[in-house]
Amino acid sequence: MKVKQKFINRNSHWVLLSPYIILFCLFILIPVISAVVLSFTYFNAVQSPKFIGLKNYISLLTQDTVFMQKVLPNTIKYALIVGPGGYILSFIFAWMLAQIPKIPRTIIAILIYLPSMTSGVMMSTIWSIIFSGNQLGYLNSFLIEIGMITEPIQWLQSPEYLMTIVIIVALWSSMGVGFLAMLAGVLNVNEELYDAAYIDGVSNRFQEIIYVTIPSMKPQMLFGAVMAIVNTFTTSGLGVALSGSNPTPQYAAQLIVNHIEDYGFIRYEMGYAAAASVVLLVIVWIASRFSWSLFGEKD
Amino acid sequence: MASLKSRRINPDKFHKSQLKFYAILIPVSAFMVLPILFIIFHAFKPIDELFAYPPRFFTTRPTLDNFKRLFTATTESNVPVSRYLFNSIVSTLFTVLFTLWVTASAGYVLSKKNFKGKDTLFTINTLALMFVPVAVSIPRFLVIVKLGLIDNFFAHILPLLAMPVGLFLVKQFIDQIPDSLIEAAKIDGASDYYILMKIIIPLIKPALSTVAILAFQTSWNSIESSAMFINDESLKTFAFYMNTLVSTTGNTVAGQGMAAAASLIMFLPNLILFIILQSRVMDTMMYSGLK
Repeated sequence: MKVKQKFINRNSHWVLLSPYIILFCLFILIPVISAVVLSFTYFNAVQSPKFIGLKNYISLLTQDTVFMQKVLPNTIKYALIVGPGGYILSFIFAWMLAQIPKIPRTIIAILIYLPSMTSGVMMSTIWSIIFSGNQLGYLNSFLIEIGMITEPIQWLQSPEYLMTIVIIVALWSSMGVGFLAMLAGVLNVNEELYDAAYIDGVSNRFQEIIYVTIPSMKPQMLFGAVMAIVNTFTTSGLGVALSGSNPTPQYAAQLIVNHIEDYGFIRYEMGYAAAASVVLLVIVWIASRFSWSLFGEKD
Repeated sequence: MASLKSRRINPDKFHKSQLKFYAILIPVSAFMVLPILFIIFHAFKPIDELFAYPPRFFTTRPTLDNFKRLFTATTESNVPVSRYLFNSIVSTLFTVLFTLWVTASAGYVLSKKNFKGKDTLFTINTLALMFVPVAVSIPRFLVIVKLGLIDNFFAHILPLLAMPVGLFLVKQFIDQIPDSLIEAAKIDGASDYYILMKIIIPLIKPALSTVAILAFQTSWNSIESSAMFINDESLKTFAFYMNTLVSTTGNTVAGQGMAAAASLIMFLPNLILFIILQSRVMDTMMYSGLK
């Protein structure tokens, strides 16, 4: 009994760490590794996976016209607007909030944070009523009222509007944890630095942001960037939820996440879907590396 | 110098020069909050107002009809809505509690203990901050199959417990606690378990509140587990029920009323929790920097 007690106390760090490590391996590490392994196989979820080398990647890049012509350009367009766009907006709002007194700041910060608490389902409920395709839809009725259109528009079924709507909704919900981190970051910049900078010749608010605010809150900027990247790809399935079909009308808002679901859970080509997953993970990784090179501390 | 003072970050009181910020922030917050207000009003509209043309933002005669219809509706397999709600509450409660326990103990070890491999573990966790669960939904599904967790209630809980962001925030927060506090307890003969329970956890309540909110949001809003890991209708969650409700009846006006009512039930707990804990969340975010 005593020996056991001693062992538990001496190795307390492993005892305390083990639940996290086990869960981390099971649901994060192993899935990532198996995505990579499966991407080199043919796997239909019934028979066991068959190794086929790079074939999935080759057909993804050369034969899958939907992927190359629609999914990949859509994903890049979506990611470039929602990622950096949402991130820059979060920083601007955080910075402005830091310029006003505490009580209005807290209220407005909560209001801006609210949409990021809505789930995918709730987002699609709210926005599909607003963009509803008949004249009862809020946007249609408003536009008819002011005389911009005479016939209601099928917003969520029209290829030319769906992507824009997905981007607007994604931006709407993008002020999450990263936004709060940057707000805390701006508020904690040492005020003496500003005084010193003015003595050194900084003369306006913009220079102040570039030379004082951002350099002194780099760690928060980096945290915010990583959160923005994760959020961008987590909400990217929205097109399917809004239009109610996978694939989305004419693949207008088909992103990699939807493509993975389409092949993985609708066509059961899991090896092929895994290859698309790996492409997505690589995109996320490149985006994070880029943020790191901007804001990381150089060793 | 007077002009410089008024430009200060975090001012004490209102000043004319702040007006331009309000001029932008107020319309922005209106854009953010109007869709949510709209769904709240929508949830309380009687059926003729849902049909009204032109549609109106406010409701003139609020009723609870949509909620009544939501709770009397049952799915094809005769599972009442209250059952989904019960499943959601139980799974979310356990997810939050277990996440706090797992995260606090791992955060303490990674912050205050010295052992081989510690830095590597923290680096791996930092890399995992950029983990996007939807990217690997297929292998996650296969792991659940291999573990035999299909149709097991724990499939709602276990996949959500390892939360890299949570561990990161807690570890950074514990870094601020002086080592001398722990040394003193050690001299008095306290074990790590005692230190964790009696010293660390009371001091890191702000960070734990933040983790609780994040875990709550993830679990309460999650449809992944119900859609993929659970076939038994009576074990599925409210978020999933709402998802099917929206996709089956979402296009009818009566369905929209019910979906709005369900949205409100989904949203309110998130909102209340965040408002209660927001100052603690902001305290945690001070230490969120990634180096």
